[in-house]
Amino acid sequence: MEYFNTVFQEVYKILFLLVPVLISVAMIVWLDRRVWAFVQKRQGPNVVGPFGLLQSLADALKYIFKEIIIPSTSNKVIFILAPIVTMTLALISWAVIPFSATLVLADINVGILYLFAVSSLGVYGIIMGGWASNSKYPFLGAIRSAAQMVSYEVSIGVIIINVLLCVGSLNLNDIVEAQQNLWFIIPLFPMFVIFFISALAETNRPPFDLPEAEAELVAGYQTEYSGMMYAMFWLGEYANILLMCAMGAILFLGGWMSPIEIYPFTLVPGAIWLILKILLLFILFALVKAIVPRYRYDQLMRLGWKVFLPLSLIWVVLTSSYLFYFNLLPTN
Amino acid sequence: MIAHSIFFYTFSIIAIISAIMVTVSKNTVHSVFFLILDFISISCLFIMIGAEFLGMIMLIVYVGAVAVLFLFVVMMLNVAQQKNQWFASEASSKHIPVGLIISTIIFFELIIVIGGWKYKPDLFDINNTTNNFNVSNTHSLGQVLYTDYIHVFQLSGMILLVAMIGAIVLTFRKREGVKKQSYIKQISRERSEGVELLDVKTNKGVKIDD
Repeated sequence: MEYFNTVFQEVYKILFLLVPVLISVAMIVWLDRRVWAFVQKRQGPNVVGPFGLLQSLADALKYIFKEIIIPSTSNKVIFILAPIVTMTLALISWAVIPFSATLVLADINVGILYLFAVSSLGVYGIIMGGWASNSKYPFLGAIRSAAQMVSYEVSIGVIIINVLLCVGSLNLNDIVEAQQNLWFIIPLFPMFVIFFISALAETNRPPFDLPEAEAELVAGYQTEYSGMMYAMFWLGEYANILLMCAMGAILFLGGWMSPIEIYPFTLVPGAIWLILKILLLFILFALVKAIVPRYRYDQLMRLGWKVFLPLSLIWVVLTSSYLFYFNLLPTN
Repeated sequence: MIAHSIFFYTFSIIAIISAIMVTVSKNTVHSVFFLILDFISISCLFIMIGAEFLGMIMLIVYVGAVAVLFLFVVMMLNVAQQKNQWFASEASSKHIPVGLIISTIIFFELIIVIGGWKYKPDLFDINNTTNNFNVSNTHSLGQVLYTDYIHVFQLSGMILLVAMIGAIVLTFRKREGVKKQSYIKQISRERSEGVELLDVKTNKGVKIDD
């Protein structure tokens, strides 16, 4: 009986985490479109609800009532599995995000490795979708995205090593608490820039949205998808973007810490600070989408392997030698 | 404790069944997906015995990188038909005895390794290591890996590096007549080199030499 009690408690906690995440994904889609529109001097979605806030819900409702078409030549099991995998992987990684020192679903020792592992699994949803569709454009899109995500993961991994050298722990709460005096964005600013760009590539956002480049590949791996399955891909993608923003906020912007440790600011709960930092990063994501033209594929690969990887490796050497020379290496 | 064993048996049954499915399934892409499922359940087992670092690294390296490349190659080569030919047709059934021999050798090697373990108990005895159990998994791994086993660790790193360079050398071929953009050249071009203003005479035109 006790076992069931704990299970119910955990389920309750998970729901308390996931429902806000899903709602904020819907809101973030609206925000993305609004920012994009304002940069281009348009209005954006402004009809449904106040300021168009309910636009995403209306879209979701539309997707739910649409027919799901499964191509007859597709590999049906994998075709249906692909959006489920994308969505699940996008949601399970929120389990380790700390919203304050105590407000975290699973405070595991290897939190950052868990985040990295789950984000590296994200490529499977896309490959499965692209392959199972059994048509040319989805397959090309899947191949592109697999190569792209694997390449940029390498540099993200090396950037994480940079941060870990300064922290001395893989626990996300330890990473946040190590930034009490100085956010890592200040000493590691070049790494933050590279992390931001790699996160854009990792989540297939413009200017690196080559897997779904509509001018070349119709819609990439999503071409054959319709109705709710398409919406699940879409939700998973935006949940991944939010997750990458959260990761950036935790690694470089001090997570749930308030920016100034003085009286009125310390009253605000940590979750609010984390959400504000995530929003800041997301608005940057949206601005980049509106401003920058799409990369060519060979340029994308060159940027990942020939620029970011050597640069972040050199920075690892610099960071570790600095920490070693000045005896700042964390010991615990 | 019951919950623990339920999870253990679930993951191990999934691991064994998917390992069998890797070899049995007709479609090669399905085989790779079962391989991935196998990796994931094995890393879950690692996490269950407390080796969380190993489990996560297993996920990152094998599932996140190696299996993606596997999937890539298998999807591109269309091996599915080939595999069917091997097992169904008469002509190429000579692959099966070779495979059987190799798998028997590996099986006996595994048995020998486990047997050797039994006769050298001080080599891997947990009780002999001066482990501090308050320290996290990652810490204790690092403490051993970078002190006692540093030479072995560096050596395996060197082997991996050599293998990587070897793979690049084997597959690298220089192609002639490929147009390549030089970024430095493009950026360092100036207006004076690229643009020229000419007075165009009526009825004569301009002659451009290039």
